[in-house]
Amino acid sequence: MAALAEADYVVELESLSVRYDNTHALRSVSDVVAPGEWLGVIGANGAGKSTLLRALAHLVPYEGVVRIDGANAKPLSRRHFARLVAFVPQKPELPQQMRAIDYVALGRTPHLGYFGVDGEHDRVRCASLLERLGLGAKAERTLATLSGGELQRLVLARALAQEAPVLLLDEPTSALDLGRRVEALELVDELRHERGLTVISALHDLTLAAQFASRLLLLHEGSVVATGGPAEVLDETALGHYFGARVQVLRSSDGELVVIPRRKSERKP
Amino acid sequence: MTAVRSTAPDAVAAPAPVSAKRPVLIAVVVLIAVALLATAIGPADLSLTTVLQVLASHLPWWHPHGTVTPIDQAIVWEIRLPRVVLGGLVGSMLAAGGASYQGVFRNPLADPYLLGVAAGAGLGATVAIISSSRSMYLLPAAAFVGGALAVTLTYLVGSRATTHSSGSSIVLAGVAIAAVFTALQTNLQQQHAADLQPVYSWILGSLSTASWSDVGLIAPYVLISAVVLLAHRRLLDVLRVGEEEAAALGVHPQRVRLAVVAAATLGTAAAVSVSGLIGFVGIIVPHVVRLTTNASYRVVLPVSMISGASFLILADLGARMLDAPAEVPLGVVTAFIGGPFFIFVLRSRRSHQGVL
Repeated sequence: MAALAEADYVVELESLSVRYDNTHALRSVSDVVAPGEWLGVIGANGAGKSTLLRALAHLVPYEGVVRIDGANAKPLSRRHFARLVAFVPQKPELPQQMRAIDYVALGRTPHLGYFGVDGEHDRVRCASLLERLGLGAKAERTLATLSGGELQRLVLARALAQEAPVLLLDEPTSALDLGRRVEALELVDELRHERGLTVISALHDLTLAAQFASRLLLLHEGSVVATGGPAEVLDETALGHYFGARVQVLRSSDGELVVIPRRKSERKP
Repeated sequence: MTAVRSTAPDAVAAPAPVSAKRPVLIAVVVLIAVALLATAIGPADLSLTTVLQVLASHLPWWHPHGTVTPIDQAIVWEIRLPRVVLGGLVGSMLAAGGASYQGVFRNPLADPYLLGVAAGAGLGATVAIISSSRSMYLLPAAAFVGGALAVTLTYLVGSRATTHSSGSSIVLAGVAIAAVFTALQTNLQQQHAADLQPVYSWILGSLSTASWSDVGLIAPYVLISAVVLLAHRRLLDVLRVGEEEAAALGVHPQRVRLAVVAAATLGTAAAVSVSGLIGFVGIIVPHVVRLTTNASYRVVLPVSMISGASFLILADLGARMLDAPAEVPLGVVTAFIGGPFFIFVLRSRRSHQGVL
């Protein structure tokens, strides 16, 4: 796994557009995600966050160019691509009867041939990933017996087993409670530094987005309307406009940005 | 985050991978016992010793002194053993086909019968039987063409219905296609009343005319199919996380599905061409295997193959003995066990939602 530490991959998007039945879900999105950067994609429901990630993961057809480390990603074989980019969907499918270790081993798929079977070498990597994510004791348990937080880490472990330098996360914490949410993002951040991962994630919670992402990309109706550091993008007026809500952005005592949604009506509860 | 430890990665011992060894061993022992039992039991009761002696006498390096009568010798070698072997091949293929279909369609109720393979093979076989009297050698080919056609249609219709070609739409499409093929076949049968008897008994399923030539006829198909399906066992596990995630892991789910469906169709179509339409084996066996062992296809596929053989040999023993000297159609026996089991699977599906 040492090889990953120096894997710093830049992700370039050049006029990325996605159309569903003639309506644009994504309109000409361009961006350069620097190696080791964490790009947080934010925006209202339907703004195109998931579509952007799914296009980057090559799960929906798109127009435009995606370059990973300078190479056009479209002509790459699926297997090759899966060695460069790992994708964690919003609601991963979790086969209840599968054991944790076998689930993580699925992440080795891009490193195996079509008929290949994971060997001792793959098993050891998966086991050490489980250990790293604090799931060492749960390796032989079935998914049905794991908690929401454990499953979230397990899904992350599977993505890491791909040993891809680029990690795409679609709303990675939507199913978690407050504590597990921070914990999961903290873990992603640790791993990002440990392995030099380039992380692109859709994030619902703007306060968390401000705390974890190194840069934010605000989408509105499929177009980029703002990008930059959290302090630049999280502007009360802009957020109010694009989210259709009254929003207040505060700075906590230790300088963290806090985004608070406000009631529209003045009535007190 | 307290749960995370930063241990050296190399210090970790890997848990054992899913091992099929133990379940396979048990299934093999059961199969041998069942096969010997089914060879010994019949209208003329033979002792296990006789059966073993006959088997031993066919080993090239073994020449025992003949204590077995030529009649017993003939009963074991020419009548019972080919039937047992054929039953084993057919049962094995139907179970493996069922497990594979359930895997690629991610539907616990998918089996060759429900997806129209059997109905298509039935139509193909009927066409072969009525078009030429010397067509027995064409039968597997005709059955295969019919079966492949039916599955292709089921697949096209089912995947048109929804964007995700999984779930119930495939099964519903299979039911519709099977109905159409069965109707065509019934119509053909009616028009060729003279050939009705062999077609009819073929449909009900029977191994009563089993011979070594039948075994030779389907063995290559079953072998190829089994090898291809077993080679896909890990990819079938990958498909358990759904098409999209499988794609993100670098797999082409459509290609895997095509390869698996083609192999399973080849094998099951060949199997039913000699045995007739035997239902439910493809559902009962893989589900019992899933409930009793690990749900990984690395276990489910090989163990289903072996247990499917045992199951059909036993069912055929029932078909021979329940109403002796008359025979109960084999398809009737398996359906009699399969019907109630099908209901059981449906009822317990909620609690085993993630079984695939």
